[in-house]
Amino acid sequence: MIAYAFKRSILAILVALTVSMISFSLLYISSDPAIAMAGETASDADIEAIRQLYGFDRPIVVQYLDWLKKAISGDLGKSYYFRTDVSHLIAERLPTTMTLGLCAIIFAIGLAVPLGVASAIRPNSIIDRVALFLSVMGQALPSFWFALILIVLFSVNLRWLPVSGSDTWLHFVMPTIVLGYYAAPAIMRLTRTGMLEVLSTDYIRTARAKGLRPPVVLFKHALRNAIIPVVSLAAVQFGFMLGGSIVVETIFALHGAGFLAWESITRNDLPTVQGLILAFSLFYIILTLIADLINAWLDPRIRIS
Amino acid sequence: MKNKNFVLSLIGALAATMMYSPAYADKSSDTLNIAIDRELESIDNYYNTAREGIVISRMIWDGLLYRDPATNEYIPNLATSYEWIDSKTLQFDLRSDVNFHNGEKFDADDVVFTMNYLADPANGAKPARNVNWWSNAEKLGDYKVQLNLKTEFPAALEFLSGPVVMYPNEYYGEVGPEGMALNPVGTGPYMVTSVEPGKRYKFSKYAGYHSGSPKGSASIGKIVIRTIAESNTQLAELFSGGIDWIWKVKPDQAQRVEAQGNFTVKNSSTMRIGYLNFDASGRHGENPMNDVRVRKAIAHSINREGIVEALVQGESIVVNSLCFPTQFGCTQDVAKYDYNPEKAKELLAEAGYPNGFETPFLAYRNRDYAEAMINNLNAVGITVKFTYLKYAAFRDKVQDGGSPFNFGTWGSYSINDVSAITSHFQRGGKDDYSRDSEVMENLKTGDTSVDLAVRKDAYKKALSRIAEEVFMFPLWSYNTNYAFSKDLNFNPTPDEIPRFFTATWK
Repeated sequence: MIAYAFKRSILAILVALTVSMISFSLLYISSDPAIAMAGETASDADIEAIRQLYGFDRPIVVQYLDWLKKAISGDLGKSYYFRTDVSHLIAERLPTTMTLGLCAIIFAIGLAVPLGVASAIRPNSIIDRVALFLSVMGQALPSFWFALILIVLFSVNLRWLPVSGSDTWLHFVMPTIVLGYYAAPAIMRLTRTGMLEVLSTDYIRTARAKGLRPPVVLFKHALRNAIIPVVSLAAVQFGFMLGGSIVVETIFALHGAGFLAWESITRNDLPTVQGLILAFSLFYIILTLIADLINAWLDPRIRIS
Repeated sequence: MKNKNFVLSLIGALAATMMYSPAYADKSSDTLNIAIDRELESIDNYYNTAREGIVISRMIWDGLLYRDPATNEYIPNLATSYEWIDSKTLQFDLRSDVNFHNGEKFDADDVVFTMNYLADPANGAKPARNVNWWSNAEKLGDYKVQLNLKTEFPAALEFLSGPVVMYPNEYYGEVGPEGMALNPVGTGPYMVTSVEPGKRYKFSKYAGYHSGSPKGSASIGKIVIRTIAESNTQLAELFSGGIDWIWKVKPDQAQRVEAQGNFTVKNSSTMRIGYLNFDASGRHGENPMNDVRVRKAIAHSINREGIVEALVQGESIVVNSLCFPTQFGCTQDVAKYDYNPEKAKELLAEAGYPNGFETPFLAYRNRDYAEAMINNLNAVGITVKFTYLKYAAFRDKVQDGGSPFNFGTWGSYSINDVSAITSHFQRGGKDDYSRDSEVMENLKTGDTSVDLAVRKDAYKKALSRIAEEVFMFPLWSYNTNYAFSKDLNFNPTPDEIPRFFTATWK
């Protein structure tokens, strides 16, 4: 198991490096970073000064290797835009994104798993139909539109919740719902499918024949097996929420790492973009490992293999 | 028991939610809440090029002079008087009753330190054009300084009345740009009480602001500026009372806000103008734009009035000269090209293109305006290969000579002088696609003379020739919509620099 986790980690780090290399090249060739950094009102002298100051006149390979060398020693460089350490910038923005991601995944699981289980217990019932409806809505609703609808309802009309910001836990209520609801349908459908499959197996029939109480059969024997693929999916969804919450963070003015990534791309702030890509890649690696370990804990067959 | 606790917790949480009361911005709290749409890199005046940074700079710091936005007159601010000793030397007498927000006394040492710090390229102050025109400053007395210019620079007063502000020598020498960005100290009408970089800035009225300032003392006690990137969120904040003032409101949204009746919506023309730039001199090689008849045909084919009325809207106006009308030296008394597709077709036929031609066309903003112009061009037989780029890529391509025909805009950095636009585009720089010696000579005369009549005459000659030869075709001015609380008195200015120190509660 440890050797397997080690191999997976090495592979994931190589993937992270490849991603960073590609993203570095793409950012560089999309436009001159000196012009993007200087902004629309900058003069030629400003742009030339920036080009020389940051060494943009050097070959791209040299620039990438220079960044990589420092990154390996823990120095992610300074943001071209904010002129502060990238690691400091990421550390400052990450708690907001982590809070939002955690709340959203808990909301998604809390909504999706019970509904998925209920749908599987009574397939084609009204509960199943409602779950299907919620699932289709979650997939079909553009998150920016859903976010604005919630803002209009709860902030502008009812004035129960703040529109934007991250000062209190109330500021996270609507972003959590929007982000979590987007992730819920996949978890819900996978739970339902898994439960339907498990509930029709022989060992469940045996458990019922033994006279075990229905909740015990359902949660101890059926759900434990049906949930295995859901854990892997939830880990991926959580990774997506950390790196892909750009729309939600922008609309709710949350100033998290997702928003920082988006803004940094538009500003060609290469060290920040590279630092964030590295951070998000590492998250995926860690989450995938955690998902593997949880699956191994849930299913002894994985441990043995 | 556990269930009971859970239900109680839930009720408590719901009650807390119901009791949430947003910090409504009204005059009773004496706090003006403002939203801007971009994260500022720094609020140090010299390490920031964003317009929002300029707005904040005017709140925190003062210059030696101040340009009255109503009369465009240059009035002493931290100076009591100024005098041109010769065309390259300026002397200033300074106020002796000014203190910085941290208590440091303002005197000649601060001016000399600031000007010499900025003049040193190693310090990397930006934008360079704001600070690269003087060689040094000298102290002539405790409250008297001399500024030595590198060359004749008639726009000096304009720069000294806006972007060039004075820093406290002792404090800045100690904390540098990074310290100033986190805890700015100036002499301006507002002092900074809190900085959350890129996110939120808090200000309070500076009680010790010098009484002789032409800016006047601030009226509103506190100001909070928050970054909210999404325009719909800004509107929702305005509607829910979390924000009192927003700008750059899109025309359709402005109409809806106004229709609500609870907010004031004001529109103001800005110094930014749109233009078409043609490759008259053949930098891009031989192409139809080399022919003045083609350029005139294009000028006659664009329905500027129609586009302004339908799309640009607001206080925008059609401009005929390559400058904004309030800028010094900007005359509109030049050749004009009305919307006349038939004449355009005749000119094209005369130039040897009776069936039109195809040309590349670049733009980086206002895709809808660009598409409206493409329709106009199609109507006279010109088809375009349209490329819409990010600004950096657009500028790259244009300055490398890669564009025979493009649509751009220019805001003149809010500098109320023709040198900030016409000279930038037509005095042989990277953006100059005409390289006309007569225009360049006249612009040089205008840019370097301190004789106002000579300058005006030279700029008129240059602008007239640009229009006659259609080296560039000016389109329209831009405008900004401001939406704010009914409780607020606020007046926008054409230089697009909101002056919150003049705002008051009703």
